[in-house]
Amino acid sequence: MSWDEQQLQTHLDAMAAAINERFADKSPLLVGIESGGVWVAQALNDRLPTALPLGSLNPAFYRDDFDTRGLKPTVTPSKLPFDVDGQHILLVDDVLMTGRTIRAAMNELFDFGRPASISLVVLFDIGHRQLPIRADICGETLALPPHQRVELRGPSPLIAEIRNLVVEDDTETRS
Amino acid sequence: MTPTLAPSSRVQLTDDGKLRHFLTTEHLPRSLLEDILDTAASFVDVGGRAIKKVPLLRGKTVVNLFFESSTRTRSTFELAAQRLSADVLNLDIAKSATSKGETLLDTLRNLEAMAADMFVVRHQDSGAPFFIANEVTPSVAVINAGDGRHAHPTQAMLDMYTIRHYKGGFAGLKVAIVGDILHSRVARSQVHALNILGAEEVRLIGPKTLLPVDAEALGATVFTDMAQGLKDVDVVIMLRLQKERMDSALLPSEGEFFRLYGLNNDKLHFAKDDAIVMHPGPINRGVEIASEVADGPRSVILNQVTFGIAVRMAVMSMAISGQDSDSNALAASTESMEGAGGARGQR
Repeated sequence: MSWDEQQLQTHLDAMAAAINERFADKSPLLVGIESGGVWVAQALNDRLPTALPLGSLNPAFYRDDFDTRGLKPTVTPSKLPFDVDGQHILLVDDVLMTGRTIRAAMNELFDFGRPASISLVVLFDIGHRQLPIRADICGETLALPPHQRVELRGPSPLIAEIRNLVVEDDTETRS
Repeated sequence: MTPTLAPSSRVQLTDDGKLRHFLTTEHLPRSLLEDILDTAASFVDVGGRAIKKVPLLRGKTVVNLFFESSTRTRSTFELAAQRLSADVLNLDIAKSATSKGETLLDTLRNLEAMAADMFVVRHQDSGAPFFIANEVTPSVAVINAGDGRHAHPTQAMLDMYTIRHYKGGFAGLKVAIVGDILHSRVARSQVHALNILGAEEVRLIGPKTLLPVDAEALGATVFTDMAQGLKDVDVVIMLRLQKERMDSALLPSEGEFFRLYGLNNDKLHFAKDDAIVMHPGPINRGVEIASEVADGPRSVILNQVTFGIAVRMAVMSMAISGQDSDSNALAASTESMEGAGGARGQR
């Protein structure tokens, strides 16, 4: 199963509309999680009536699996070109699964300051949650068997497809 | 899995080529040195945040084991470990147990019993960190913070980071290292790193009495004259002149050294117009470097200190991550062979 640019656009349009409806009066800040989340955040920004300030987070140093998986050689640094204190943050990722990436990203956000609120925006929710985290705005919810993942490719054009995991019982793959 | 690795590299790397200990830059693969620089780049920004800390090494214990006194290196290692959320224990060995007659191995066993995850070792004898790396329990990573005249790899890597930051890369670069090369572990580690990373030319400049005899074998060209040596270089690295050298009759006087080799604006003119000036610190103003240069627009000496913390964060997290993956593998293999009791590296 896969999603072409057109199908993803329908999702992104609906998500941008939901953001505009629910957050327009709060002047929120967009924070994408590297790398897929940043693409989605950028795509949402292109669809909003006025583009929001956009930052990127790479929570690699905040993950809970350092002991088992180690450190990736190249970690794109987080860039938040604004003060998060007292601001409403829209945290954006491509795929939500276990919730561990989101936990790591929230921990990192709090090291930059104290936001007024954080809301979660994801393109796909594929279930298998291991933490009490849910999306506030979601493009599409899927019920996937444990060995399948959604992979987003981009940034332009954005394409998504379902892939089978090669490694067995790796429940900790991103998201 | 590189069969041609020199022994010094073999102890530093895991079977799959990850950093396990960091003892010398010599013989390390270029890709690994580049990984260190790339990882450091992502740590640089952490120093500018509201909370200057990431939780990567939370719950790990880093022991600073300094057999030789040092303020700057020790404090930047301490800060690097703290910014990674590790717990840090500073042991000034010169003033502690070994002076009461405890052997080095007994000291090590005691620290292992405290469940340390990393030793940062500075020692006056060349090779001491290698000895420790070979002796420690497999779950402990060892970082060389300077051993005798042999190596100071984290200083060399922070210098490489600084050069890459200002020059974009190493291809086509001419780098001059000036001063007491013979007694300098920093220079030795720098020459290895510069050659591995592909610098065009490494020059060593100093009086004959302070130059190594094996410079060509190290991969460097030797000059005794500043005008010739500094001609068209992109980077000038000044080394600290240790006052002890005067006592041992290797040099006539500080004044004469400064006249011939001290870097002032006049001598800096021989280098390229955009050449940067570096110094590992602490600087001796008026001995190896003039204040007009040290405080001048081309000096990046204080930026080296800032980058040094990020580079040490990178090396520490990479070594602990390599150590973890290695001892996990080791624990798994000994477990299957001997049952759980054989897994020494597991805690």
